[in-house]
Amino acid sequence: MTKKTPNGRNEHQDTCSQGKDTSRSTCCPGTPDRATPSCTCNGYTPPTVEIGEVTGTITFINRLDHFLARWGVNRSGHRVEPGLYRLGNPTPDSPVVVTANYTLSFDAVRSALQGTDCYILVLDTNGINVWCAAGKGTFGTDELVHRIAVTGLASVVRHRTLVLPQLGAPGIAAHEVLRRSGFRVEYSPVRARDLPRYLATRTATPEMRRVIFPLRDRLVLAPIELIHAALPTLAAAILIYLLACPLAALSAITAVLAGTVLFPALLPFIPTHDFSTKGLILGVIAALPFAFSFAVNPSSPSVMNVMAAIAALLLMPVVTAYLALNFTGSTPFTSRSGVKTEIFRYVPLMAGMAGSGSALAILLAILRLTGVI
Amino acid sequence: MFNFGGVHQNPDKKKNPSGFFDSYTRNTLKYHPERCFNCRRCTQVCPHAVFEEGEDRALLARPEACMECGACARNCPAQAIEVQSGVGCAWAMISAALSGKDMDSGECSCGDSENSCCGQKKEKAPPCC
Repeated sequence: MTKKTPNGRNEHQDTCSQGKDTSRSTCCPGTPDRATPSCTCNGYTPPTVEIGEVTGTITFINRLDHFLARWGVNRSGHRVEPGLYRLGNPTPDSPVVVTANYTLSFDAVRSALQGTDCYILVLDTNGINVWCAAGKGTFGTDELVHRIAVTGLASVVRHRTLVLPQLGAPGIAAHEVLRRSGFRVEYSPVRARDLPRYLATRTATPEMRRVIFPLRDRLVLAPIELIHAALPTLAAAILIYLLACPLAALSAITAVLAGTVLFPALLPFIPTHDFSTKGLILGVIAALPFAFSFAVNPSSPSVMNVMAAIAALLLMPVVTAYLALNFTGSTPFTSRSGVKTEIFRYVPLMAGMAGSGSALAILLAILRLTGVI
Repeated sequence: MFNFGGVHQNPDKKKNPSGFFDSYTRNTLKYHPERCFNCRRCTQVCPHAVFEEGEDRALLARPEACMECGACARNCPAQAIEVQSGVGCAWAMISAALSGKDMDSGECSCGDSENSCCGQKKEKAPPCC
């Protein structure tokens, strides 16, 4: 497990956070006047607020944890204990930066803020990053107000300003937070690395407010795409190998690699706007060498060669295109309306291609196994 | 073919006016500038610079870039912005359709809560989660 339990965590906070869904009304509710250390939690009066200590240093263990998270190992286990943390030597006037309890999010914030004295308020998002948790509402107004209360933040800092990540805004209603907790919300830039500049000036340039999706950000998602497709791909490749030939099995693996690795890498460079058409184009390019190899196979009749080539040109692009369409969920710019339109436009076509391609392939396998041709 | 419920039809698609191979020409963003009192919150939260600062009120500058994340609408104290927010994730929507759920309900989206399609089988969770 990658759970962090910094020294001096207040047990009381954990009790409160675990019971937040059912017993929030009785245990440290999200109202500032009852959030002071005099709050009683099931008859238990907590001691004064205790705050975790962190540094901005990313250790080997952290890097290993990030690597495992990127490869989907123990997917929901990359968590930080929610609560309040002290970075450096903050005073009651130091800024409070809010983030999610996903290790990648928390570590990005604390490493960006190395050398800055501040507090980090970690919300309980079930180990999900800020953006996805905000979309789901777990990085939300309720959790923020609740976390302000249970950490006793109002008694730790003198000011009433919170610095929230801009990408957390879909889950947070800033005016609601102010009304319910007395804390004013400021949205810091999209990227954690801009935090020091933002904290210095309290303004963000338009560039800092724009989300971008550069090669590095796209490629870092490839492992998880690959892992998700790995098992069915391997099973399909073995089956195809047994029924057809090694080259056909390789074509299946190639189509999946094109959809999971090449597609994210080449995303902005493939023609057309829709993910499905981009995927189809990439899939056809990946299929061409295989189709050609099948077509000129000297050891089998030309009818079968043509059938195999057509099957490759139908099946490989459809696999790549479907994986490409599913990459919409990993990008920071596809709208729900647009993805829905894509699904209705292209999934019937994909189903048709998959159906006819599979029929051809099965027919080929039968012909080969029965020795008709 | 699809009812988007009085959605915004993007007027700025000069490069690709027909929306050929572009499913992202329409979205559900609606702006009521008469309600805006220029708090500029929308210009701070939008990750795609859809809103720009204006003299008296925010300007809807790049509606076609809207990804329907809902940050602007949620943070608008004047309720001058409406958008049917949701996650643009094909995996989640196809899973919803296949499991007989409403594609628009947001039942299938990122995050590992009970009713998330991702949460049911962790190993099958889409990469967006």
